[in-house]
Amino acid sequence: MREYLEGSIAVARAVKLCRPGVISAYPITPQTHIVEELASLTASSQLKTEFINVESEHSAASVVLGSLAAGVRAYTASSSQGLLLMGEVLYNIAGLRLPLVLTCANRAVSAPLSIWNDHQDSEALRDSGVIQLYAENIQEVVDLHLFAYRLAEDPRILLPVMVCMDGFVLTHAYESVDLPEQDQVDEFLPPLELIEKLDPFKPLSMGIVADARFYMETRYAIQETMKECLVIMPELKKDFNKAFNRDIKIFIEEYYMEDAEKVLVTRGSVAGTVKDVVDEMRAEGQKVGMLKIISYRPFPAEAIYNALKDLYAVGVLDRAISLGSWGPMYTEIKALFHGKDKFPKISGFIGGLGQRDITRDNIRDMYDKLDWGEVPCEFINLNREFLIGARKYT
Amino acid sequence: MFVKITSKPGTTRGNETGSWRMGTKPKFLRKNCIGCGLCALICPEGVIDGKRKKTYYCDYNYCKGCGICAEECPKKDILMVEEEEII
Amino acid sequence: MKEVTIHARAGQGAITVASILGMAVFLEGKYALAFPHFGAARMGAPMNSFVRISDKEIRLRSQIYEPDYIMVVDYTLMRGFNIFEDIKPGGTAFINQPGKMPTPQVQGINVYTIPADEISYDIFGRTMGNTVLLGAFAAGVEEVSLESLCKAIDEKFSGEIATANKKALEEGFNYYIKKYS
Repeated sequence: MREYLEGSIAVARAVKLCRPGVISAYPITPQTHIVEELASLTASSQLKTEFINVESEHSAASVVLGSLAAGVRAYTASSSQGLLLMGEVLYNIAGLRLPLVLTCANRAVSAPLSIWNDHQDSEALRDSGVIQLYAENIQEVVDLHLFAYRLAEDPRILLPVMVCMDGFVLTHAYESVDLPEQDQVDEFLPPLELIEKLDPFKPLSMGIVADARFYMETRYAIQETMKECLVIMPELKKDFNKAFNRDIKIFIEEYYMEDAEKVLVTRGSVAGTVKDVVDEMRAEGQKVGMLKIISYRPFPAEAIYNALKDLYAVGVLDRAISLGSWGPMYTEIKALFHGKDKFPKISGFIGGLGQRDITRDNIRDMYDKLDWGEVPCEFINLNREFLIGARKYT
Repeated sequence: MFVKITSKPGTTRGNETGSWRMGTKPKFLRKNCIGCGLCALICPEGVIDGKRKKTYYCDYNYCKGCGICAEECPKKDILMVEEEEII
Repeated sequence: MKEVTIHARAGQGAITVASILGMAVFLEGKYALAFPHFGAARMGAPMNSFVRISDKEIRLRSQIYEPDYIMVVDYTLMRGFNIFEDIKPGGTAFINQPGKMPTPQVQGINVYTIPADEISYDIFGRTMGNTVLLGAFAAGVEEVSLESLCKAIDEKFSGEIATANKKALEEGFNYYIKKYS
């Protein structure tokens, strides 16, 4: 049914439809409204779940780890510093092959303190073995949550899935969204059945030591599963589209790519603004397009390579930075073309950190800059006034 | 892809830690023993057992020779002796 | 696409107004994106919320810089900075200010003043001018109907609060009709 909902509320409703047995979370802006709504749904008996209050994100993640180890579907959510505090446990959850679904309401990382949106927090957990999906709008957030549970719990995968939604821009915005019916979700998402789980009648040790003879194989197995995801996810997508009568995108979304010469690669909500600019520039006769990356881990390398290989110039807009290196998405896309005979010019842009607005003019500027030369790491929309008088030694 | 990351409980029994002893092992004299059971209770490896006084013994396949039993025995009825000594 | 900026102080219900307006537009079968100013807001601090209204799906996620309409829930916000500066030429401003005060004259912008605080005091027993102003907005521009706004209130609230807010909407609507048409 179509409803007009705040992003956070829509997520809470979607999670409710997935019937988690245990929810544990610690509030942090901009994630708060999600867990508040889930707590209130639990309190009013609309959602039958064990809502466990904890004193930190580390504990929240530990609680859901325990619940999943016992074979009970779980949910948690966090942002920024809270997500980083969870990080230690999230590595464990991935290593233990437990199918957690969590929401990252993307927020910048302190210091200086910023509650506003960028992708630095989820980016910090990029290498943890957690599958990462990025949403553009609230409908996509809802769909990806439903999809995430099925994906995480697929017996061939069993990895945690993090659905990343831009803080404020999506969590606090109201939009019309289509939530499916409970029976549709029940049909798509069968109850969680783990082959190996903690059970007093069938004792089992989890989280055991793996010395140099075995550790590498556990990482190899996750890496292989990430590759297998690229085959399995389209299968699950078919099921999803059939169950909910949708056409969702899971790896990448291409916008006017067929005959494009210049393309901007984006992630998250800014893709919407870029689409509007593409429309404007197309109307002026410019052959521009956009590529949105939804699945960041696993990285759909082949799909991205094929989408970009014939272009003249590509700009990669990162809303995070690997300080001391370049934009994280830029380096990966650049690496795709290493040693190839034919490759586009690739530029890297850093924008929207701490929710510096990315306006239509900024995006136009980036497209224009693609005509000039390659820049590896250009900060867009810097506040030059604030930089006057900054100490500098080179 | 999955590799085995869980194990059945009790598999550590296959690892006979008795070989870790560094030169000494406990000897149960069974003279002044009052059967308090402190040695069995305090053994970090849980390898000391006994039913009544003067019946306590330890499993040398697993005893690491830490000597805590000898240290704590209120009657000094447990001695740490040379590994070579035949008991 | 039409863009609306709501100027208020935190606690005066700017986000509620934005979400009610968005919901009403949604109920009419159009698209609306309502969002707060992306900032921390403590009670009393100046803040904004925004609404985009369109016949097509709204994808634009940047902030609003040139609104077609503004609503000023607290006239004291006009002290110190020019609230009309960003409005599109030919745009419209709805201001909640005491009836005795003169209406600001701004070149190229239609300014309507509504004593929403005074009207709301009679309804709620305290000053809560946001929904009164929203009623006047519905009367002044053809973006949303009073009926849809009332329906949106019913979706969001129930009982006495819903009844009082619907009354506030109607009073605002009627005041505008009486004064300006």
